Amino acid sequence: MQECELTILENRPVARQVFQMTLKGAGPCRPGQFVNLLLDGLYLRRPISVFDAEGDLLRIIYKTVGRGTEQMSRLQPGAVLNALTGLGNGYDLTPAGDAPLLLGGGVGVPPLYLLARRLQESGKQVKAVLGFNTREEVFGEEDFRALGCEVTVTTADGSYGKKGFVTDALPEEYSYFYTCGPEPMLRAVYRTAKGSGQFSFEERMGCGFGACMGCSCKTVTGAKRICRDGPVLTKEEILWND
Amino acid sequence: MERLKTELCGIPLDNPVIPASGTFGFGYEFAELYDINILGTFSFKGTTREPRFGNPTPRIAECPAGMINAVGLQNPGVEAVIREELPKLRKVFHKPVMANVSGFSVAEYAETCAMLAEEEQVGWLEVNVSCPNVHGGGMSFGTDPVAAAEVTRAVRKVTAKPVILKLSPNVTDICEIAKACEGAGADGISLINTLQGMRIDLKTRRPVLANVMGGVSGPAVFPVALRMVWQVCRAVKIPVVGMGGVSSPEDVLEMMMAGAAAVEVGAANLRDPYACKRIIEGLPAAMDKYRVQTIKEL
Repeated sequence: MQECELTILENRPVARQVFQMTLKGAGPCRPGQFVNLLLDGLYLRRPISVFDAEGDLLRIIYKTVGRGTEQMSRLQPGAVLNALTGLGNGYDLTPAGDAPLLLGGGVGVPPLYLLARRLQESGKQVKAVLGFNTREEVFGEEDFRALGCEVTVTTADGSYGKKGFVTDALPEEYSYFYTCGPEPMLRAVYRTAKGSGQFSFEERMGCGFGACMGCSCKTVTGAKRICRDGPVLTKEEILWND
Repeated sequence: MERLKTELCGIPLDNPVIPASGTFGFGYEFAELYDINILGTFSFKGTTREPRFGNPTPRIAECPAGMINAVGLQNPGVEAVIREELPKLRKVFHKPVMANVSGFSVAEYAETCAMLAEEEQVGWLEVNVSCPNVHGGGMSFGTDPVAAAEVTRAVRKVTAKPVILKLSPNVTDICEIAKACEGAGADGISLINTLQGMRIDLKTRRPVLANVMGGVSGPAVFPVALRMVWQVCRAVKIPVVGMGGVSSPEDVLEMMMAGAAAVEVGAANLRDPYACKRIIEGLPAAMDKYRVQTIKEL
C-alpha cells in the first residue's frame, strides 16, 4: 500500500454510466489490486479496481452507482485525488497454464484487463468472455482484442454479441480461469466452469487495508478480509452460504 | 518530546494519542506504514473469550461527516489473540498495549480479562460495556449502572492492572454509569463508543447494513462526545479517556480541555491510515498556536 496524490489526466464515458479515468502519480499495482480514493465531502474512501497500470500511470473504469462514483464522473482533468494504491492481494498468475480463460461481467471486466495484459506478455494465449446486460453497456472489447486475446462478448438481452450470460459462452478448452463480476455471475461460474480458478469479490469497505473488519467473509480456511486477504479468492477457498 | 508526555492510570505515555479499538486491528497493518512506537499506546481489536465472525455484510455505511459500522466484534477469541496476535505485535510495538475486552456474561468478562492481564505486554484493560452491534451482551452491560458495576467488580478482582471501562453514549445519564464503575473499583473511564444509527438505501428501500442498525462514528459525533467527556470528567475523580470523532491535533486539545487525560482516535484511522501519526506530529504546532506549554497542564 502506498499513499499517492493522483492527478486526473482524462475522465470520459466509455459505455452507459461507465467512465474511464486516467491518473498520474500512482505507486505500483498488480493485476486484481484496487485503489481507494478520497473524495471531497465523503468520509469513506471509494475502492475502485485497477483496469491498467504502467509506470506511474493508472487507468480505472467505474460505473456510476452512488454518490461517490457520480461525484467522480464529474471530475475534470487536472483535479488531484488522494489515493491509497496497490491494495488487495490481486490475482496469482502462476497457475494460469498456457490458455487461461478470463470471465468478466459488467464492471467486473476492468480488473481482468491488466491481468490479460500480463498473461499475454508472458506468452499465454488468453481467452476472454465479457458479459453485459445490453449493447449500451458494452466496453473493453477492443482493448482485450488489441492485446491479442480471443474475445467473446455476451449480452443478456442478445442486443450485442452472443445472447446469454458468460457461462453460456464457456469455451471447451482452457487451462485455468480467472473471474470478476456481480455475485450471481460468480456463483454461476463456480457451478459451471470446469477446473480451478480465482474469483475477485466486491464488498462495502471501511478502510480498504485490513484494519476495520468491515468486509469480512467466511471461507474454507476461516474468516478473510476481502480488502486485504482478497479481493481474489481461489475456487477451493470459497464457501457460499447456501 | 517532553511537552507531549503524560500518563494514564500511572503508566507513562509519550503522548496522549491512542488509536481506538476496532480501527487499528492488532497494529501490524499500520506498522507497515509507520513506526507505531510513536503512539502513546493503542487499544487492540475487541477480544472475546470465544472466536467471533461478527455480523453479516454489508457492515459499513457512509453518513455525513462519518460512518456507521456493524462489524459485531469479529475477533479470533482470547486464546488465539494470546497465542498468535500478541507475539506478532511484540515484534513491532514495544510499549504497554491497551487490551480491549468484550463479553456476554460477567464471568466471561472476568475470564478474558484475567487471561489478558497475565500478558506482560498488556498495560491497561479497556472493558467494553458498550458495543452496540452485538445482541445479548456488550451494550446491555453499559446501559445499566448495576450491571456496569458488576462487570467492573468482577474484572477488578482478577487483576491489579489498570481497568478502564469503555462506556456507551446510548444512555440517558452517562454520569450515573461512570460513577457506578468508579464506585466498583474502575481506574479509568473511556468514552464514547459509537452512537446507534442506521441508513436506508433509497433504491432498494432496505437498510444499508445487514444488521439494520450500527454505530455512528467520525467527526459527526465529536460535539456529542466532547459534551459527554466534559460531563463525566465532572462526575468522577478517576482519569477519563476521551474519544469520538477526533481527527486533528486541535480535536485532541479540545478533548483534553474538556478534561480528558488521553484521547483515542477511531474512524479517522480508516479514512487516513496515517491519521495518528499526523495528529502526533501536528500537536506541537497546535499547542504553540493555542499557547499550551505542555499536554499535562491541560
